[in-house]
Amino acid sequence: MKNIILIGATSAIAQALGRQLAARGARLMLWGRSADKLEIVAADLRVRGASVDCDAFDFDNFAAHPAALERARKLGDWDAVFVCHGSLGDQKLCEQDFAAAEKEFRTNCLGALSFLTIFANYFEGQGRGTIAAIGSVAGDRGRQSNYVYGTTKAAISTFMQGLRNRLHPKGVRVLTIKPGFVSTPMTAHLKQGLLMAKPDKVAKDILKAADSGKAVLYTPWFWRWIMLIIRLIPESIFVRLKL
Amino acid sequence: MTSPTPLQSWGRYPAAQQTVRPLHWRTEPLPAAVPGSVLAYGMGRSYGDACLNDGNILLPTRELNHIINFDPETGVICCEAGVSLDEVLQLVVPHKWFLPTTPGTKLITVGGAVANDVHGKNHHRAGTFGCHVTRFELLRSDGSRLLCSPTENAGLFAATIGGLGLTGLITWAEFKLRRVDNALIQVESVKFRNLEEFFTVSAESDTGFEYTVAWLDCLATGSGLGRGHFMRGNHAGPDHTDCEPHSEPRLNVPVDFPDVALNHYSIKAFNELYYHRQLPRIRHAVTHYDPFFYPLDAINNWSRIYGRRGFFQYQFVIPFAKDHGAIREILTRITASGQGSFLAVLKTFGEVPSPGMLSFPKPGITLALDFANQGPATLQLFTELDAVVLAAAGRIYPAKDARMAPAMFQRGYPQWQQFQEYMDPKFSSSFWRRVTQPA
Ligand SMILES: Cc1cc2nc3c(=O)[nH]c(=O)nc-3n(C[C@H](O)[C@H](O)[C@H](O)COP(=O)(O)OP(=O)(O)OC[C@H]3O[C@@H](n4cnc5c(N)ncnc54)[C@H](O)[C@@H]3O)c2cc1C
Ligand SMILES: NC(=O)c1ccc[n+]([C@@H]2O[C@H](COP(=O)([O-])OP(=O)(O)OC[C@H]3O[C@@H](n4cnc5c(N)ncnc54)[C@H](OP(=O)(O)O)[C@@H]3O)[C@@H](O)[C@H]2O)c1
Repeated sequence: MKNIILIGATSAIAQALGRQLAARGARLMLWGRSADKLEIVAADLRVRGASVDCDAFDFDNFAAHPAALERARKLGDWDAVFVCHGSLGDQKLCEQDFAAAEKEFRTNCLGALSFLTIFANYFEGQGRGTIAAIGSVAGDRGRQSNYVYGTTKAAISTFMQGLRNRLHPKGVRVLTIKPGFVSTPMTAHLKQGLLMAKPDKVAKDILKAADSGKAVLYTPWFWRWIMLIIRLIPESIFVRLKL
Repeated sequence: MTSPTPLQSWGRYPAAQQTVRPLHWRTEPLPAAVPGSVLAYGMGRSYGDACLNDGNILLPTRELNHIINFDPETGVICCEAGVSLDEVLQLVVPHKWFLPTTPGTKLITVGGAVANDVHGKNHHRAGTFGCHVTRFELLRSDGSRLLCSPTENAGLFAATIGGLGLTGLITWAEFKLRRVDNALIQVESVKFRNLEEFFTVSAESDTGFEYTVAWLDCLATGSGLGRGHFMRGNHAGPDHTDCEPHSEPRLNVPVDFPDVALNHYSIKAFNELYYHRQLPRIRHAVTHYDPFFYPLDAINNWSRIYGRRGFFQYQFVIPFAKDHGAIREILTRITASGQGSFLAVLKTFGEVPSPGMLSFPKPGITLALDFANQGPATLQLFTELDAVVLAAAGRIYPAKDARMAPAMFQRGYPQWQQFQEYMDPKFSSSFWRRVTQPA
């Protein structure tokens, strides 16, 4: 895994991934919506040992996705993609205004599925590659506090299950990443308690899972057990909980 | 967005409540239309209230942590102001470069290093951190971005170095590193029996050693007054090749210690043990830079051993005097007070002028001591010490201070009024309001 595309490269988790990949001397392609920010990240990763290109375009315009891959392919072959963009959204607003929910779906879910689709075909054709995308523990069970976000992440997770099933015989690996709370701009408004992991730690787990060909990663590890318990709670009890 | 997690300074005193607005990108403007004043907050390694802004807004800078450029040929590094010295070392040591000077912790930001114009064990050779800064960008509340260097916006350059974060936000800074052959330090530790011996060892060490500092046993009295260990070191020569940077600390103090843990007797026992641990007068060793410069970084959150009431550090500088009368008097008073100090660090400052208008270091001798917060008794002792420091034409280090009176600051830093011309009208701090309030 040396030639890697980071989608949503300005996200805190993607930047942490980028730094660890740079230390390995990786060749990186950064995708994002803001050319300024991408250039800041690119310069940093170059100093840290990576060779880096950037491409800024509008993620919410899905027609632009295949063209971005074409431009990347002109620079050479790619071994892996990490889909990292996302937004937490305003649950309360989405409850009242479906237009807001639709926008969350567009960015968080449909955009991701569009990227997954084109990379599935690209890697399938190549007969190798790793596709990783960041879902969330929030996708494991719908909860009143963030079920719109949770639904976008659940869709990614189910979609990837199918992709994994489809691409396994073709030598393409599919990794679903389910972080718990990570201390990033997305969660800056939440209390920075004991459950908050550092992006560095999460990135380390992600690379280890990608290197070893794992299918589903909970990071940090204890979220696997927390979510197991949460999924096991019978619906008749769950409806009474304020989660 | 508002973070409910309160921000503190290292001494955890005074308590302050502020709205927290983390900065994310150096190209973004300062938070617009916020009520009250703003202040950058690095890693909160200032002991007192220099990094606090009670009732107002703090702007944490740690996410401005991108390297902009590093040239392994020339050793010039340019990075965002939230990059930590820890991160700089990780990057540059494998290329055989080192910080031009470093404080006793690597867990500070470049912005904090500039804003307090920090000093290290090589002050007598290298001067302060600001001496090695070639330029930086200052973002002012009117939206302007000013490139500051010794030749461009030179007034703001001088005001911002040691400017306590009050001239605006440093978004990035460029500085020159120091060439090394490896990550190791050749150390000598020399025992001295009293203050006289300290000054003799110090004088004979300044020429042959880049790094000098002494650990002082503040509880020893009478003929032993001022006994301690003198540490001196140089970067190890090219016959060593280890260029591994440091690794993460493994120890942590997860909760506050009860207030009784550190009392006079436990400190006395500690100091006795420390003084006597070395039997021969001079000891040689080659050690990694990490334990040499940053022994306290090995334990995360060590300040919690002082309990919830927090603690103070008292650090002053006084010009050299033949009879060392002031320093002797201060040590005597501290000993007599029985409010022992866990750590007492003694060092001489050299002649290299600080570029900053309000920089703390000046030629002379500096002493830094920790005190558990025992309320009025501790504050009373400091007031007594202040008088001695002032009479000796000395001053106190704002980065360590939580309590000095306005007169103490204003007499120690007579340039403070001139400095005000360069302040950003939207920036303020708890420290600044305290030391400039009318008497
Ligand atoms: C164990 C220990 C040992 C120490 N040893 C030494 C020593 O040997 N020598 C020494 O000189 N100091 C020493 N210090 C003090 C420390 O180096 C300084 O207080 C330093 O400034 C802390 O940096 P910080 O990034 O934590 O900044 P903070 O403490 O968060 O802030 C310090 C000041 O810098 C300003 N600031 C921070 N970032 C910016 C920015 N981007 N733009 C504008 N202003 C900014 C803040 O507003 C504030 O005024 C020590 C501290 C500790 C805890
Ligand atoms: N933080 C957590 O606790 C947590 C937990 C579970 C899962 N996750 C997931 O982890 C991933 C990374 O998040 P993070 O925590 O690192 O957050 P982050 O730092 O806030 O990053 C969010 C990223 O998404 C991009 N983005 C948002 N809306 C976009 C749009 N419409 N078009 C293009 N890009 C857009 C942002 O781009 P700009 O920089 O240009 O704004 C940024 O790169 C996300 O998928 C998130 O859902 C996070």
